[in-house]
Amino acid sequence: MAEVAEKEAKQKEPLFSKKNKGLMTDPLFDNNPITIQVLGICSALAITAQLKASIVMALAVMFVLAMGNVVISLMRNIIPSKIRIIVQLVVVAALVIVVDLTLKAFAYELSKQLSVFVGLIITNCIIMGRFEAFALGNGPWKSFLDGIGNAAGYGLILIIVGFFRELLGSGTLLGFKVLGDPIEKTGLYALGYENNGFMLLAPMALITVGVIIWIQRSRNKSLIES
Amino acid sequence: MSLKDKLHNIKEQYKGKKMAPAFNAIHTFLYLPNETTHSGAHVRGADDLKRTMNMVILAMVPCLIWGMFNAGYQVTIAENGKPEFLSFFDHLQYFFTVDNLLVGAVKVLPLVIVSYLVGLAIEFVFAVIKGHEVEEGYLVTGMLVPLIVPVDLPLWMLAVAVAFGVVIGKEVFGGTGMNILNPALTIRAFLFFAYPTWMSGDKVWVHGAKEVAGTADAYSGETMLGMLAQKKELAYGIDEAFFGFIPGSVGETSTLLVLVGAAILIFSKIASWRIILSGVIGALVMGLVFNFVITQGWITEGSKFYALMSLPFWQHLVIGGFAFGITFMATDPVSGAQTNKGKIWYGFLCGFFAVMIRVFNPAYPEGIMLAILLMNVFAPTIDHYVVQANVAKRMKRLKVKAA
Repeated sequence: MAEVAEKEAKQKEPLFSKKNKGLMTDPLFDNNPITIQVLGICSALAITAQLKASIVMALAVMFVLAMGNVVISLMRNIIPSKIRIIVQLVVVAALVIVVDLTLKAFAYELSKQLSVFVGLIITNCIIMGRFEAFALGNGPWKSFLDGIGNAAGYGLILIIVGFFRELLGSGTLLGFKVLGDPIEKTGLYALGYENNGFMLLAPMALITVGVIIWIQRSRNKSLIES
Repeated sequence: MSLKDKLHNIKEQYKGKKMAPAFNAIHTFLYLPNETTHSGAHVRGADDLKRTMNMVILAMVPCLIWGMFNAGYQVTIAENGKPEFLSFFDHLQYFFTVDNLLVGAVKVLPLVIVSYLVGLAIEFVFAVIKGHEVEEGYLVTGMLVPLIVPVDLPLWMLAVAVAFGVVIGKEVFGGTGMNILNPALTIRAFLFFAYPTWMSGDKVWVHGAKEVAGTADAYSGETMLGMLAQKKELAYGIDEAFFGFIPGSVGETSTLLVLVGAAILIFSKIASWRIILSGVIGALVMGLVFNFVITQGWITEGSKFYALMSLPFWQHLVIGGFAFGITFMATDPVSGAQTNKGKIWYGFLCGFFAVMIRVFNPAYPEGIMLAILLMNVFAPTIDHYVVQANVAKRMKRLKVKAA
């Protein structure tokens, strides 16, 4: 009886206790997967030329990571540790196929644009990293929050980078011509402004991520490694 | 009390204050500071960093003046037709005219002013924020930049590129002396990839060509590399290219004046003759390889590489920005190789790749820019292997002695 009471007491920890909230908010800033842990850089460089693609990618990773974390967490006591990587891969692969097919069915143009990078979510270091570091040792609810939090941190950077790259590179946001029409020379273009073609190339994505890291670390000195 | 002493007193008074670096920069730019060593066993040379930088600027002034006249001259011949080229001195009467200078100066001087204003403003801001002295590095970069851009480049683009080059190319690495890439070339590469329609093609090299395009008065001015890449007949002789009566970036057209600059730099021991010489050899070797391929008949006239490959090998030195780049930018003591043997390899590969990129990728006509940036990245690797080879050699000698 005592055991049951103890378990009940444990379960009564509120769903959004301070600790659980921390699981979600930490990865947004001070433990951001991209800017602090420098994971998931490949896709951050490859698909951020447009804001829309960034948002879809962020959502896709959020779905895969949150669901995957829950599944791994539920199975954590029955996975033999020697083959855990294979099991994790099977779980991610299944989830990624779900995302890929959904995109192909409902947003074909976008899925063409994201091309291999949806499939490559499997290799995204953030996902395997969270499985290994968190889901294997924590319960499903916490793992879910952790997955949402880390994916949100990843998505936040993707969206910031995508915002600047699309705005400066194409002069649009989500496809809307916010700076005017470059061919008919309206808005800013009437003054002689031109789109910065370099922003559409991957090196500029790297530099944009670098600038974000720079700003973040100069605001929070505790993040600077000695 | 002289002005100099007064300034020195102000400096002492504001020591440690926030804006002190900005004041010191102007002070030491005008006067030798009072803090130099006066006694003891120190080497006292007059050639501090500032004087070195000034010498490089001095070496570029002939190119700048030529560039101003040339900017006007290109407009004149575009409108009135090209006078027949007889000899250098006969041709100067068409070249050194007041009209040419006026047209050119109006276009070129704003480039110089914007380059310096934006670059130095950023240097001052960084110095004040970080609390170190303003470094002299930008003095040369600020002069190089207007010389390596097309004359019609919009000034705001130049300002954006300078801001990018100084902040991302230099300040994030720790300022002058710490940058891995040549800042001037970083700025040019940024412009080249960001605004390609203003940095390449046949409409940007002569002032006004973009505005008159499509009208009855339309004219264009292609660079010689552009003509070769499109397999057009060359409109200029190689002698005209050598003296610099051709369209191109502001300051790089005249190989003759680049040679004058190179002489000043080598004589004052600022630029490394090893880099320049081995760079020239590297370009010649690559040119010879291409010529050999042509004489063997491996590449036939139908190929898109034919025109550039069949160009006599030595002409690669004269056309395009090769001479300017290898003299003023490959020799950058910060981003280039440091060891003497390393300099030879570094220079050789700069020249080698410059001609290779030129020929194989006509979309990037200015091979020297990309070649130098590439070798900037590899310079520390080259130095590493040179040092390791030396260590290995000495270890071997040690073993022989010990045995």
